[in-house]
Amino acid sequence: MNDARERNGSRILRGIGASPGVAFGRAHLVGLDKVKVLRKRISESELSAEIERFRKAVFQAEDEINRLLAEIPEELREHSGILQSHLLMLKDKMVYDRAQEFITGRGVNSEWALSMVLEHVRGLFEQIKEQYIRERIKDVEYVICRVLRILAGESGEGLFDLKEPVILVAHELSPADTIQLSPDKVLAFVTDVGSRTSHTAILARSLGIPAVVGLEDITSTVLSGENLIVDGIAGEVIINPDAEYQESYREKQDGYLKYRLEVIHNSHLPAETRDGFRVKIKANMELLEEIPTVISNGADGVGLLRTEYLYLAHRELPSEEVLYNAYREVVERIRPYPVTIRTLDIGGDKFISSVSLNEEINPALGLRAIRLSLREPGLFCAQLRAIIRASAHGNVRVLFPLISGKREILQVKEYMNKVFSELQAEGIPFDRDIKVGIMMEVPTAIMVADILAQEVDFFSLGTNDLIQYSLAIDRVNEFVAHLYEPLDPGVLRMIKRTVDAAHDAGINAALCGEMAGEPMYVPILLGMGIDELSMNALDIPRVKRTVRMVRYEDCVRLTNRVMEASTSAEAREALVSYLRSAFPREFDSAMGGHSDMAGMEVSRSIS
Amino acid sequence: MFYEAEIVIVNRLGLHARPASRFAQVACSFESEITLSRNGESVDGKSILEVLTLACPRGSRLVIRAEGPDSRDAVEALKSLADTGFGEID
Repeated sequence: MNDARERNGSRILRGIGASPGVAFGRAHLVGLDKVKVLRKRISESELSAEIERFRKAVFQAEDEINRLLAEIPEELREHSGILQSHLLMLKDKMVYDRAQEFITGRGVNSEWALSMVLEHVRGLFEQIKEQYIRERIKDVEYVICRVLRILAGESGEGLFDLKEPVILVAHELSPADTIQLSPDKVLAFVTDVGSRTSHTAILARSLGIPAVVGLEDITSTVLSGENLIVDGIAGEVIINPDAEYQESYREKQDGYLKYRLEVIHNSHLPAETRDGFRVKIKANMELLEEIPTVISNGADGVGLLRTEYLYLAHRELPSEEVLYNAYREVVERIRPYPVTIRTLDIGGDKFISSVSLNEEINPALGLRAIRLSLREPGLFCAQLRAIIRASAHGNVRVLFPLISGKREILQVKEYMNKVFSELQAEGIPFDRDIKVGIMMEVPTAIMVADILAQEVDFFSLGTNDLIQYSLAIDRVNEFVAHLYEPLDPGVLRMIKRTVDAAHDAGINAALCGEMAGEPMYVPILLGMGIDELSMNALDIPRVKRTVRMVRYEDCVRLTNRVMEASTSAEAREALVSYLRSAFPREFDSAMGGHSDMAGMEVSRSIS
Repeated sequence: MFYEAEIVIVNRLGLHARPASRFAQVACSFESEITLSRNGESVDGKSILEVLTLACPRGSRLVIRAEGPDSRDAVEALKSLADTGFGEID
């Protein structure tokens, strides 16, 4: 990340495009100076209460950081390093122990103690010769600032008292900060940390504010008042842009606005190929805030409702009522379209302290998803009851993750029957015909897809994990991540096998991995006869557009050719030659002289 | 019971934020007291801030010392972490 380029005093920083759009404006740094430090003497008798207050604030800060960590998706885990170091700093003896020593030894309040701690650490860091280590004082400031804000009882209010529209530059914005941003005062925001799928990024997109996150050190690179261009599409920030940059980004801005208009016009047309083959295009979502985007981008329902957030958001487990109300709201707002709710898909180590686990060497292969649910019936039944109760309010389908064979399906069904009879006895309404599906992501499940298809109403291919499990590579491991390849012949056969087994049994096959949201893979998936594609709502317009431009017949022919490939390179070649003939205009303009198809992805949004 | 081992920092940017963070994180998972010394200056290996202030550029020679019930495991784990560049590619 963050490879800076320079030209005539203009600099480009690269991060992650979190919310699309292009904005021009002046930088406004948000930092420590915004937190007021109230200094107070503490009397002997109040000391223990003050220590308690301090520890509670640190505890809450840890909680907040852990929650941010939990929001980072698997594929971006490598960016979690900064947050991990923040956790360590919070409890570092130079901060945690020393602040408490100041409180008791000098009789000062927590805020005062923390500001003394910061001065002390600052003094030590100033003597460090290596600039890149000296600059890490920013992280210490950030962590202490977080505790100070908690102590002040602030949830960030008053942080953005802005007089004229600006581009916010911050180390990080919490969802609470982001909610207060008003689109007429904040032209865009850029941050050191964050990911495309964090709560903050999702909020930015629903507010329509362009954002670039994960810039690592923009807060130490930019000064308040400097001119910036923020390109939330490519994930770039240009500092002090020269005339040439300004002109080209004005063009990009116009192009994006035109594209948005086109999207709004077209997104509600059906996803139908030119020769009349229809596929359902649905959205993957998790937070209620995403619903407006799901609806406005023309989804035929929710193909994957992730349910992990409510378990991670609080220290205690969510009650059945809390879950039910959340699911019900999604179901009612998406109605008459269906909502597929996936049961918990993480490891218990993330949120249950009662299930104490040794640190797993390979958590992807550990006690998680359905395995955790089956081991913790109390947890599982509460969620099942909430999902099944929500089925009284619309079209609900339930999806079980990480199924590896028939035995697990039978176990799950037993629990479902138990919940059915309980609810019936209690007189609580529900939909008895609720459709049951399983994630197809474990290779053995795919080998016995014909058997499993007899047991369920639909399959949903989770290609992210499937690719990882079948190629035996960890995407987060940078040494092998390059082997992650959707076009691997073995992976393609697994997908095809799943779709065929579903159709032989008369059930539907959906795909809800990232592959579904990449327009270039769409023709192959259509050619295999996939019934449903579910993706990030933002990808829907591009995917729909692709579907509407192709012919099903051609896709079948392409798929036959791709399935004959003996290497991923051959498969890619067949795909590229098809794309070039089917989309000559998009292809040439997108390639920009590169032979790598990844180039297609860069300018896809404004083609 | 104490163990010691010498390590050489191989990371291009030295023992900067991420490696220091990894070091302290792993150190904290052991019961033993762990110190890291360079040119006679010793810091607490479980404190990311102290490790950072040691400011070790690439090529620095450091001594890890652990004292306690799991001192041997601690030194071995930390040494192999350092030898593999703290899991970073420069």
